[in-house]
Amino acid sequence: MTVYLPIAELSVNIFIILGMGAAVGFLSGMFGVGGGFLITPLLIFYNIPPVVAVATGANQVVASSISGAITHFRRGTIDVKLGTVLLGGGLVGASVGVWLFSILRRMGQLDLTISLLYVVLLGSVGGLMLWESIGAMRKAAKNLPTALRRPGQHIWIHGLPMKMRFKKSKIYLSVIPVAALGFFIGMLTSIMGVGGGFIMVPAMIYLLRIPTSVVVGTSLFQIVFVSAYTVIVQASTNYTVDIVLAFVLMIAGVIGAQYGVRVGQRLRGEQLRALLALLVLAVGIRLAVELVIPPEDIYSVVSAGFGY
Amino acid sequence: MLARARHFLLTLLLAAAAPATAQTLERQVTHFPEKLEIGISTDEISITSDFRGADLTIFGAIDGFDANLLTQGKYNIIVTLEGPKDNATVRKKERVFGIWVNTQSMTFELVPEAYSLSSTRDIATIAPPRDIANMGIGVDHMRLVPLGFFGDGSNLGEFRNAFRRIREQNGVYQRDPGGVQFISSSLFKASVRLPANVPNGVHIVRAYLFRDGLFVAAKALPLRVIKTGLEQAITRAAHERPVIYGLFAVTLAVITGWGASLLFRKD
Repeated sequence: MTVYLPIAELSVNIFIILGMGAAVGFLSGMFGVGGGFLITPLLIFYNIPPVVAVATGANQVVASSISGAITHFRRGTIDVKLGTVLLGGGLVGASVGVWLFSILRRMGQLDLTISLLYVVLLGSVGGLMLWESIGAMRKAAKNLPTALRRPGQHIWIHGLPMKMRFKKSKIYLSVIPVAALGFFIGMLTSIMGVGGGFIMVPAMIYLLRIPTSVVVGTSLFQIVFVSAYTVIVQASTNYTVDIVLAFVLMIAGVIGAQYGVRVGQRLRGEQLRALLALLVLAVGIRLAVELVIPPEDIYSVVSAGFGY
Repeated sequence: MLARARHFLLTLLLAAAAPATAQTLERQVTHFPEKLEIGISTDEISITSDFRGADLTIFGAIDGFDANLLTQGKYNIIVTLEGPKDNATVRKKERVFGIWVNTQSMTFELVPEAYSLSSTRDIATIAPPRDIANMGIGVDHMRLVPLGFFGDGSNLGEFRNAFRRIREQNGVYQRDPGGVQFISSSLFKASVRLPANVPNGVHIVRAYLFRDGLFVAAKALPLRVIKTGLEQAITRAAHERPVIYGLFAVTLAVITGWGASLLFRKD
């Protein structure tokens, strides 16, 4: 059964889109990630124009993050003050990102930029995660205690001015690195269609030394608002949010996530991280291969009416 | 949307201009007694969600024909269907540090987004190629003028060829040198295929009559191609009310995400 995507302007098999949404939803539930970094490349592999894949991916991120954010809000594990500073940076970053997106699109370098960013980001994050989880598994095998990094060591970030007290996180920290992190993640959201949790969470833990208890909730808080904002800005500047595609993905995604969570609870932390790392690396390698092998046709034609 | 509207206006202007050129040509050759009349099976094609392309039938008659020439098969007809015009950019990839990157590009000014040609026989045998080229009939003779072009023009040919090749591969440019058939002595029928990815807007059907290699008369008719139903509503909302459309997309995501968490809640 095919469904016509009015914005992507092509017909797709609805079961493939449902399958993609369910698979990514399952994985995102299992690993506790938003899934934007998987859905966008998958859509690109399925010949959805990257401009549409990115903007629609951001819409899918809203759906997959909102329930987590609400749960954390109820439990009181969101530092709203910290989240607001992150969000401030994020909104500016997303605006700059959408602006860059339009420029790159006009120059004909958008698809390449999206692929390159994915390769770099997925390659480095996947590589680091794999390294860390293999180390943890070897230690567990030898029955050594896993040495968690102790928060409290101070690095240069803690010497920056404009300090602010974040009561819930029980930290006293400069707003500069927080807003800068938000800005960077906001840019990634609008250019890559990812929530950015897989970068924000480690950055908050290891760089900003924010207590783990509030990290996930606060990052989800920022992700929901920044990706919602990105969807609206992408829709009004680039007209690339495909609501039909987004809706099919979301429905399958939220259902898949429920089953993913159940499987995820049965796996051990480091095994889970190693699996996620392998998955992230595989997607990155697939995109890298595409950049290197000679294309089928070195020419491409775009129409000005809908230039992707 | 503005650009769309502009192109729509331009298309209309061009549509109005086309019969004018035909008339001037007609005036030069007033000694021909033949007249051409055409009609199309529909003047509006709607694209629904299950649209897989459509066949358009064009009927025509030659008035005041010479029965002798007709029996000898000296009359030939070319029917074209030209889509709305828009600028199109051709990009070329090159290997830079091992990665394939778009390095060169060329934008052609107001080229049709679709073009189908049917004829009684191969157009190269209907009239001298120079005449066909001057009239701009056929994909090979389409006007491809680079926009804001600078450079020595050495790569113009390669970009033009790439443009034609890709548009033909996509099925939006096509030709059928046997698509026009005489159904009685002077009545003819042409079938033109509209591909599944046919662009929206006003298309122009043109018929050209040739007598023994000489151009005699031409006629043009408009054909509207419109998206209908939900697809149309969504496309319009996305382009005309983009902020509301974006807000709606977000609301849909919030409801879906939240709804699922309520639905599957265990506590």
